[in-house]
Formats: sequence, structure tokens, C-alpha cells
Amino acid sequence: MNQTSQPKLWLAQQANRFAPALFFIGLVLLWELICRVGKVPNYILPSPSAIITAFFNVEFSRWMIHLWATLRVALMGFVLSIMIAIPLSIGMMRSQLMNRILYPALIVIQSTPVVAVAPLIIVLLGTDDPSRVLITCLITFFPLVVSTTTGMLETPPEMIELSQSLRAPRYRETWQIRIPYAIPHIFSGLRVSITLAIIGAVVAEFVAAEEGLGYFIQFSTSFFKIPQAFAGLIFLSVISLLLFKSVQWIQAWFFPWSLPKKK
Amino acid sequence: MDQAKNSAYVSMKGVGHQYAPQAPLVVKDIDLDIHRHEFVAVVGPSGCGKSTLLRMVSGLLIPSQGEVSVFNRPVTEPRDDVGIVFQKANLLPWLTVRKNVLFPLKHKYGSYSAADEKRANELLEMAGLTQFADKMPDELSGGMQQRVGIIRALLLNPDILLMDEPFSALDALTREQIGFDLLKIWREHPKTVLFITHSISEAVLLSDRILVMSKRPGTVLDLIEVDLPRPRSSKTINSPRFAELTDLIRGYIYEPDVPA
Ligand SMILES: Nc1ncnc2c1ncn2[C@@H]1O[C@H](COP(=O)(O)OP(=O)(O)O)[C@@H](O)[C@H]1O
Ligand SMILES: [Mg+2]
Repeated sequence: MNQTSQPKLWLAQQANRFAPALFFIGLVLLWELICRVGKVPNYILPSPSAIITAFFNVEFSRWMIHLWATLRVALMGFVLSIMIAIPLSIGMMRSQLMNRILYPALIVIQSTPVVAVAPLIIVLLGTDDPSRVLITCLITFFPLVVSTTTGMLETPPEMIELSQSLRAPRYRETWQIRIPYAIPHIFSGLRVSITLAIIGAVVAEFVAAEEGLGYFIQFSTSFFKIPQAFAGLIFLSVISLLLFKSVQWIQAWFFPWSLPKKK
Repeated sequence: MDQAKNSAYVSMKGVGHQYAPQAPLVVKDIDLDIHRHEFVAVVGPSGCGKSTLLRMVSGLLIPSQGEVSVFNRPVTEPRDDVGIVFQKANLLPWLTVRKNVLFPLKHKYGSYSAADEKRANELLEMAGLTQFADKMPDELSGGMQQRVGIIRALLLNPDILLMDEPFSALDALTREQIGFDLLKIWREHPKTVLFITHSISEAVLLSDRILVMSKRPGTVLDLIEVDLPRPRSSKTINSPRFAELTDLIRGYIYEPDVPA
């Protein structure tokens, strides 16, 4: 009985392990099949093979130029957003007054659709990187402020009592207790923010740009190069996914203790 | 010497506390003198204000009535010679065990010396945790974590050790063992200990005197001298006097309105 069940078990395990990949491959094949059998025209839904062909028809160096433009803006916006959000959260945690003044302002900023404000920002700051970075920053920083503040406020009171019983300065309570305690929260904010950063950069490119993956998609669409637009879209998604993964890797590498415990 | 031993070291006079001006008193009329290097346990129903009392001795909380003083000086803020052991070990999960032990120095002064590190290693050795020094707290058992909590409180060599239900999260066997370990430390490095517990037998086993508190608002029901010989061991538990004392306290806890 054992002899027959073990290979079966192994097969089941492997199938389970590769299930997401198999599902994905199946989906792509189905897509290809529908396009071919149904003779769906490329400008409505290009087949995977048409998209791949379109991808390789664009020179590698052009891809890199567009990628770099988007990545540059997304990462600058992301970093700027971290540099604003963390001190802002600390300030709001430490000072009731600051909290009362800034919290409504943050809510107003967050409820304003950045897409609608983007053209105004470009009019104000010009069509170069600064306005694109600002747009990205506006989209990304709210989740960071919320997660950082939440984490710091959730610090267990006993840890704060430990600090107070030592009569340590407040800034050490912040830096040696509250901030480290907030790390898991901060990283969940960062994971949301990094994908929003790509969205922010693309929105900015839609409004005004001569390069970037968002611009590339828009430009390809307007010339009815739909397979090429899809290729750009998929490339963009892959980059976004890689950035998301990078945030997870950074957390696992530098703050392994902050990961949820495996059971 | 004798005079120093008999004089009050930690002294509470008419101590009462309410958390807000209109709120009811949580503890009331507490009078207690603790001698230097005495081990005093506090028992009482949950919510009767034991932790509140400990916070007032630690200087984290200023009583709204009466006064707490240490060596005739009123306590107005946390003192350097007080170490606190918290209920759950309260370790910082982002620091290794050794860094957790050194944390009070790092946190208070911003840095520590090689000599401090040596002291931390000695404390780790004493607690039998040398090979766990570079592990993270969550890799340790509950009992080991609480040992770290205790030696962290000992790092600054406090004269007063305040412990708030320090072993309540541990299983019975670990709990008994760590209790005896604590007594050993206390014998080798005498300290004034205020030990809160909800275990009556633990209080009898460890302490010189037991403060029995009434339910909220917590007042002093009795102050019981524990005249069991030291050093105490698991044999102590079998002595008739031990049973008498635990019965006496149990009487207070379960029938607080009928004086024994
Ligand atoms: N920070 C606080 N603010 C308001 N009430 C509190 C606070 N801490 C404790 N209390 C109240 O005081 C009472 C005594 O609490 P505590 O001293 O923790 O009791 P114990 O440690 O004996 O269980 C409880 O009713 C509790 O709700
Ligand atoms: Mg308590």
C-alpha cells in the first residue's frame, strides 16, 4: 500500500507546489487559444504570442530608457515620501497639537484625487521630474503615515514604562522602542506604497512626459499598436511586482524578527 | 547595623490613589514599612490595585493621597536604584538576549562599555543563559525569557527590585524552579523586594512578609510574618506551618468580609 501511495503523494505535493504557476500557464494558453480559434483581431485583444513578438520588436535600449524614466520617478517619489512620512508620524505621535492640526490636512490631501490635481501640479512645477516626483509622493505617503503612526501608538504600555522607569530621554523612547516596534507596520505601509509609487509615476507620465513606461503605453495605444501597449503593460506589472518583492526581501534581510512567525 | 535593618527603607504612609479626580479610589489607606533587603509579597484579588501600588513605589505614578518614600526621601520620579520585572518578560523582540540585558544602559545613557558587557555576560551566566545570549527572545521558552527579564532588571545593580506577577505566565514546574532561582539570587545579592503575585503558595514560599489586600478599593487586610526557616526548598512546601500560612491567607481571599 505504501509503495503505491508514496509516488501518488509525491505527485500531489508537486502539483500543489506548482499550482499557482500551472494555473498561470493554463490561463495564458487559454488566452492564446481563444485568440486563435475566435480569430480575435489584435486591436481588440492581442494574443500572448503577438504580445511577445511586439515586446521583442522594440529595441532593448528603448525599453531601458522608458524603464529608467518610470523607475527613477517612482523611486524618488517613494524615498521622498518615506523621508516626509516618518518624521511627520513621529511629530504627530509626540505632539497632540501637531496631530490635531495635521490630521485633518492629511485627510483632505488623501481624499483629493491626485489624478485630478496632476495637471495643476505640472502647470505649477513644469514638465520635468520635480512635478512627477511630487505627484508620486502625494499618492504614496498617506499609507506610510498611517502605518507608522499606528505602529508607534500600539507600542505596549509596559515597554513605555520600562523607558520611563529609566528616565530615558523621549527621543530614545521614540528611536529605541516605538520605531522598532512599528517596523512590521511600517513595512506593510511600504509594500502598499511601492506599488502606488509606480501608479503615481504612470499617472504623471499620462499627463506630461516624453518617456517612461506609462508614456509608452499611452503612445502605443494612440497609434493602435495594441500588442505593443500590452507588452508595455505587462513589463510595467512585472517591475511593480519586483519592487513589491524587493520591499519584502529588504524586510526579511534587515529585520527578520519583524516577519510573522511561521507555525 | 541592627538599626539599619529595622528602619523603614521603603515606606508608604496613608497611600491612596485615584486615576482621575472624580474616579473612585483604587487603593486606600495603605501603610507599609519595608525593611532593607526584606522580601515582601503582595497578594489580593485581581483589580484590587496591586499594580497601582507597585507603580507608586517605582515612581512611575505619584499617589493622589499619602506618600511613598525611600530612605526618608519622598518618591517623586523613577529612581536609579529600582529595577522592575514585568508580568510578561517585556523583552524587545528586535534585540538579542544580550542586548536586551544591556538595554537599560543603552536606553538611559545611549551607550555601554566593555565592562558593562562583561557584567551582562556574568548575569547571563548566573541565569544559565550563556549559550542563548545571541539568540532572539522568541527563540527562548517562557521561563528563559522571564530570566532575561530578571537579569535585565539587575543590570544597574538596583537596591530595590519590584516584580509585578513576574511568573504568572509560566507553567507550574517552571514557576517553582524560577522562584527558587530568584531566592538564590536574592541571598547572594541582597535586595529589597516587593513581589506581587496571585499565587498564595508562591507568596508564602518566597517572602518574609505578606501584605494581603482587600478587593477594590484595595486596603491592608493583614500583614503576615512568614516564619519559615531559610533557605527554603521544595521541602518547605510539605511543612505544616506552610499549610497553616496558606490557609490563613486563603481565608482572607475567599471570605474577605469575615476576619479570620
Ligand atoms: N492607567 C489606568 N487608568 C485608569 N484606571 C486604571 C489604570 N490602571 C489601572 N486602573 C484601574 O485600577 C484598578 C486596579 O488596577 P491594578 O492596579 O492593575 O490592579 P491589580 O494589579 O491588582 O490587578 C482596576 O480597576 C483598573 O481598572
Ligand atoms: Mg496587576
